[in-house]
Amino acid sequence: MRSPRLATASIITVLSANLALAAGPDLGQVDRQATNYIAIAMFLTFVAGTLVITYRAARASKSAADFYAAGGGITGLQNGLAIAGDYMSAASFLGISALVYTSGFDGLIYSIGFLVGWPLVLFLIAERLRNLGKFTFADVASFRLDQTQVRILSATGTLVVVAFYLIAQMVGAGKLIQLLFGLPYLYAIIIVGGLMIVYVAFGGMKATTWVQIIKACLLLGGATFMALMVLAAFRFSPEALFARAVELHPREQALMAPGAMVADPISAISLGLALMFGTAGLPHILMRFFTVSDAKAARKSVFYATGFIAYFYILTFIIGFGAITFLMPDASFFTPGPDGVVNRLTGMIGGTNMAAIHLANAVGGSYFLGFISAVAFATILAVVAGLTLSGASAVSHDLYASVIARGRVSETREVNISKISAVVIGVVAIALGYTFENQNVAFMVGLAFAIAASCNFPVLAMSILWRGTTTRGAVVGGFLGLVSAVTMVVLSKAVWVDTFHNATAIFPYDNPALFSMPIAFIGIWLVSRSDTSTRARAETAAFEAQYIRSETGIGATGAHIH
Amino acid sequence: MLDVQRLNPWHERVLGNLKFQQLVRERSGFAWTLSAVMLLVYCGFILLVAFAKNTMATRIGTGVTSVGIVIGLAVIVTAFLLTGLYVARANTQFDKLTEGLKRDFDEGSNR
Repeated sequence: MRSPRLATASIITVLSANLALAAGPDLGQVDRQATNYIAIAMFLTFVAGTLVITYRAARASKSAADFYAAGGGITGLQNGLAIAGDYMSAASFLGISALVYTSGFDGLIYSIGFLVGWPLVLFLIAERLRNLGKFTFADVASFRLDQTQVRILSATGTLVVVAFYLIAQMVGAGKLIQLLFGLPYLYAIIIVGGLMIVYVAFGGMKATTWVQIIKACLLLGGATFMALMVLAAFRFSPEALFARAVELHPREQALMAPGAMVADPISAISLGLALMFGTAGLPHILMRFFTVSDAKAARKSVFYATGFIAYFYILTFIIGFGAITFLMPDASFFTPGPDGVVNRLTGMIGGTNMAAIHLANAVGGSYFLGFISAVAFATILAVVAGLTLSGASAVSHDLYASVIARGRVSETREVNISKISAVVIGVVAIALGYTFENQNVAFMVGLAFAIAASCNFPVLAMSILWRGTTTRGAVVGGFLGLVSAVTMVVLSKAVWVDTFHNATAIFPYDNPALFSMPIAFIGIWLVSRSDTSTRARAETAAFEAQYIRSETGIGATGAHIH
Repeated sequence: MLDVQRLNPWHERVLGNLKFQQLVRERSGFAWTLSAVMLLVYCGFILLVAFAKNTMATRIGTGVTSVGIVIGLAVIVTAFLLTGLYVARANTQFDKLTEGLKRDFDEGSNR
């Protein structure tokens, strides 16, 4: 261990190198490429298939349970695939393989951060959520607390997370499609926004689930093929693959060792906490647990999802190294700099994020390149559809049905409100995507995770696990977590310096979770403890009923299959 | 004591049931232990990356593969195995206890 002074000095010196990576894989600035007709044809096939599914889902969806939870009839394996499809974004596929391409080992650190939240979701949240809830995580958080206040807080947490996540996805989508298909930015985000409205408004959770399942299969299948082709070239010896990469890469043996990414342990741990506990507070992920019939299936979902996501990250690691060995020796994948010298790290055609796409061309030819491009597009659609459905449900089920109409609303009307909300969210997403085209949005995914970890997760966890939680405590603590997370991000380098052009950041770390999570938990605890109202006593007393149901599932909303 | 007096008799019977107490005790213990293992493994990995760069960069044998790569992949595999371990026990042992409880209490539930 170093002395604190040394550690602080190293924090300051490496902070600048660290920031760009810590906020999330970013697609950055891209150049529009020539129109890729093979990719467009494959993508249209995918869209046609998903629209048929949406049409059939729309005809079969009648009740609110069909719309929000696919009738509760999704199996554990299907839900595991859908969760993986909801979680593996295009940015993680292209961004992490590009990170491995440029820095080797550091890409692995990133993947691990995104994976380790899943076991915690399983151990602490998944089955209790299934036992207590119906359609949204607010159902669970407000189980024995005040419906109006807790649902307003949960819906706010949901909409804020969805908004930041969606902006990052829309901007990424626009740039990626520009790059892969040669379509203009605005067309790209209109296509993405339009399709997600169709999936969600007509097909609800059933269509969204199947879009996610198909996308997960395509992405895992395509990535598996690429990894196998790479490994086959080295007679399935990872050591031979790594040895060749070390031979070719400018970083040489340093490729296999930690680089600049975790030079600042406080930022790294803070990001790690945000990723770990944020996963357990992402509204579109939590919603998926209501689509299965019982706690047993909810557990299996997470087991399968963790397996698929872990496998996917191992594939991206092999793909990154494959890109080094296949692309670096071939000058045709690079553009020479002004001095005529080819920089193998930064000179890639279309930018380094194209590493996986170029590798697809190198191992599978132009048809496989088209396939992988279409899969990347499909990947974006699956992620934004899940986000839109969860935002729309927060508006209709939490805000409209419970807060505004106070439960006096018909199922049909509630579902219609949800469909209208999906359309509105889609239109707003297109507008935001257009507005933020040239802004730095890389920090927004990190911010979405930080808010999920500092508002949604503490409120959910404390209301399920701690008897003493009261409405006042949950609302004050959750609100403090939300506000502190957003404030610290605004004062951090990503916004304060990069967007508002101030000289130095007021908040010195990249991610607020290490500080905003304790603020939320301590806030909930302190305020609940000091709450001596009659309502607080009733809420504490109501814990037993909730506890029995959360632990055993007795009285839980069953499967809704007709 | 006020809270206990407010309980209805059905809740009191479930809470006092030995099967219920065994289920909750064993499952919570198991879940929190596994959560702690996952947290320790992950934080340990980050600290190794931050403070033991040379150890992580050490080559294995005569090859180029480093200790860090093997540890990193081991963390990924551990995360998956821990979920498998939990599901294997929960879907058999814990669910059997839950089924027994449900048979005893589901009918006549007056929550």
